[in-house]
Formats: sequence, C-alpha cells, structure tokens
Amino acid sequence: MSVPQVTPLNAFHRQHGGRMVDFAGWDMPVQYRSILEEHKAVRQRCGLFDVSHMGEADVQGPDALKFLQHLVTNDCRKLFPGRILYTVMCYPHGGVVDDLLVYMRAPDDYLLCINAGNIAKDIAWMKEQAQGFNCSVVDRSPDYAQLAIQGPTAAALVQTLTLTNLAEIKYYHFGQGEVAGVKCLISRTGYTGEDGFELYCDATAGAGLAEAILAAGGPFGLELTGLGARDSLRLEAGFPLYGHEITDQITPLTAGLGWVVKFDKGPFVGSAVLQREKAEGSTQKIVYFKTNDRRIVRAETPVCDAAGLVVGRVVSGTLSPIINEAIGTALVAATAAAAPLVVDIRGTKINLQLVKPPFATLKKN
Amino acid sequence: MSNVPADLRYAKTHEWTQVAADGTVTIGITDYAQNSLGDITYIQMPKVGAVLKAGQTFGVVESVKAASDVYAPVAGTVLAVNQLLEATPEKVNQAPYTDGWMLKLTLANPADVNTLLNAADYGKHIG
Repeated sequence: MSVPQVTPLNAFHRQHGGRMVDFAGWDMPVQYRSILEEHKAVRQRCGLFDVSHMGEADVQGPDALKFLQHLVTNDCRKLFPGRILYTVMCYPHGGVVDDLLVYMRAPDDYLLCINAGNIAKDIAWMKEQAQGFNCSVVDRSPDYAQLAIQGPTAAALVQTLTLTNLAEIKYYHFGQGEVAGVKCLISRTGYTGEDGFELYCDATAGAGLAEAILAAGGPFGLELTGLGARDSLRLEAGFPLYGHEITDQITPLTAGLGWVVKFDKGPFVGSAVLQREKAEGSTQKIVYFKTNDRRIVRAETPVCDAAGLVVGRVVSGTLSPIINEAIGTALVAATAAAAPLVVDIRGTKINLQLVKPPFATLKKN
Repeated sequence: MSNVPADLRYAKTHEWTQVAADGTVTIGITDYAQNSLGDITYIQMPKVGAVLKAGQTFGVVESVKAASDVYAPVAGTVLAVNQLLEATPEKVNQAPYTDGWMLKLTLANPADVNTLLNAADYGKHIG
C-alpha cells in the first residue's frame, strides 16, 4: 500500500511543473505555481484540474433504482436520463460511508462518482447492500480519466472544442459528446462553486484531452490548478469534504446536509437513526466560520466557548484568497453553536464568526 | 534551482543576512525556504526594540501548508520590521531577498556574522 497510485495524467503534471504530493494514496499535484493564484484564477477565469483519482461505479439492472433508493439518502426518483443527483450514503448508525454523484443514463443504468480515498470501501459496501436486488455494482474507476474545467470562462473554453451545444446542458445535467475529438460524458458539475464541467473519458485519452484543453485555454485565462486550490475553493463554496465535515462518525444532519436526506421516500440505510436525530435534534453541529484575521485556523484546533471550555474542534481551515481572511469549519456541541466560539492561535485568542456559506459570491448557473 | 545570492550570509535554518556599511544587518528567509513553504499567508514579527539571541525564534511564517518558526541568525536588537509584510506577506514569495526582507538588527557582536555560511556552503547545505 506504500506505492502511491497514479492517474493517466501523471506525466502531464510533471511536465507542467506540478508539485506532487501523496493524497489519499494518490500521487497528485497540490499546485503548479501558487495555490492562492490558482484559486483566484478559478474565481476570475478558469482552471483545469485532474480529478481522475475519483472513483466511478456502474449500477445496472432492473432493480437499480430500487437499490439506489435503499442505498442513498436523497430521492433518486427525481432523476431522469441526463440528470445528476448529489447525495450521501450512510451506515445504519447514521454515519456517512461517502458522498457521491448519481448519474442516470437510463432507468436501469446509473453511473456513480465516489471519493478517491473511499473506492475500495464504497464498492465493498455497495456490493454488500445490493444483495437481494436484481442489479450489479461494478467498479469502473481504472477505466476513466476525469478532468474538471471550472470558472466563469470554462463554458466558453470547452465550447471551442466541442460541437455539443453546452448551453443545453444545465447545472447538474450531463450529455454525451466529443471534446477535442475525445468521446466524453460532459457533466455540468464541479467542486468549486463556479460554473464548469467535469469530463469523463477513457483513461487512455485523458492526457491528450488535457493537452488539448490546455492548448486552447490561453484566450480564456486557463490556469493548471492543483488539489490545494481545489480544497480552498470547495471550502469557500461551503462544500463538505469526506474525512472532514462528513465521516463515518458525522451524520449528514450534523453536517448540515439535511437537504439531501429525504425521509418521505421510504426507508433507506440509516433512516431510522437519522429520523430520530431529526426529531430529537442533533447533539453536534458543523459550523462554518471566518475570523477577520489572516492566521489560518487549522484542522484539529480545539474550539472553546467564552468560559474557555472545549466545546469542539476545527475540521477544515484555510485562508480565503477572495475575502483575505481565515475560513473554516468546526464540529461543535449543538448547545454551544450559537454562543461565542474562540480558538487559540499561538497564544492569541481569535473569535470565530459563524457564517452561512458560501464565503464568496459565486456565479454558478 | 534556488537562488542563493553570493553577497549574503546564511543560517542552516534558511535565513539570510546582509550587513550594511553602518553595521546593521537585514534578515529574511531564503528563496529555498519560501519555495518549500509555498504560499505565505501570514508573518508574525517581533516588536522594534526586542533583544534577540542568536538562534532565538523571532517570528512565525505561515503558509497555506503550515506554520514555521523563523530564527535570528545572529544576536542583536530589532531596529525595524518590514511593515509591508503585514498586508502583503506574499512579498516573501515574490522577492525573498529584496521587498520580502523581514527585520533589521543592530548587531550585538559584529563578528558574529562571520560564523554564518557563505553562499557556496549554503548552496551545498540545501543540496
């Protein structure tokens, strides 16, 4: 397990100056030039991310919908061919197995996009849960390369490379088409809070597609962007990251993801426990904060109330290059979530100002 | 390749010093150090008048990645700190040897500077 996995773009990253780090067992670029500059590029122009480390799974068969309704918390009956749904899947105790996207290709044919660090665990979990349903779960992760083009100029850039009319693919919808001559699933989704696309293509075509996008990107201000900017962009947009805001010990209700938990669709894995949590109130809460200070409040920093008692801990923290102050999330006791919260950074007490994300004005369609 | 100017003296902890004609020294962190830290987001500096011992922590340089202590390469009294870095700490990334200087010291013992590495030796140190 000590040898990191590589995506089909590994050589591409190295050729283009990517600073490579280990991320969830993958050798990935944390940055090319500067995390802060890459972050700003995505908010102002556009960025190209390699997200080929993400996992993909096919769920196919007559019972596919029934199985997904059992597996995930959101209501997959909202789907139709070409529509995408964001959801989580939970354990019976309510903790999160993973968050994922569900793509409906046909009523009996779905593609799931899951987190890189969770692929083996998720596939095993889904296969176990699929017992008794007439459908198959197949890990397709090695077959796909996935590129994300994100930012206000992303659509105009990708449109120069495809005959597919991108205006017809709305947010959280997808189509099939060719981009730079490469057959792709064109998904209008992302993890930055900006407009943009995630392109799924054959793994062998990934590096060529990346080169073609990069070559066409100049007039659109395209920047190569790494996982560092991906993390600060998602936090600034208010999106959870598995292992931080959601874990096997943090339920979707605790994480503020009640909007993807649909009790009216009927029972699903975890629904009994989650229903009780909803009725009785969560004992803990994920809160989003800013500090009006540039000192980063890092994960695992204890969070105290006004009396100095520890009431929680920081789970994500970074500097927002857009509002120019520290932002983050903390898991705190629900009873303390409305009270003044304080952290200690190298001897300085800093007040957390609780906010409803996003932290920056976003222009996604 | 990191930039290691020939006219400066260096500490193994990646600070540079430049001695002026009046015997004061200017201190900052090296190009190698700023590149290793990545995007610098905050710099905590000592107060003017603070008395520093050689090897003493004089501040903290924080990047997106981590917070790191910075050390006084030589003993002295803080004469000035670079106020520009409060609002624009990224100057240390952009120009570590010029606009990104951190503090000026009056040396306690002017000969101390001779104990520091020259450019060739610091270059070997960062290999």
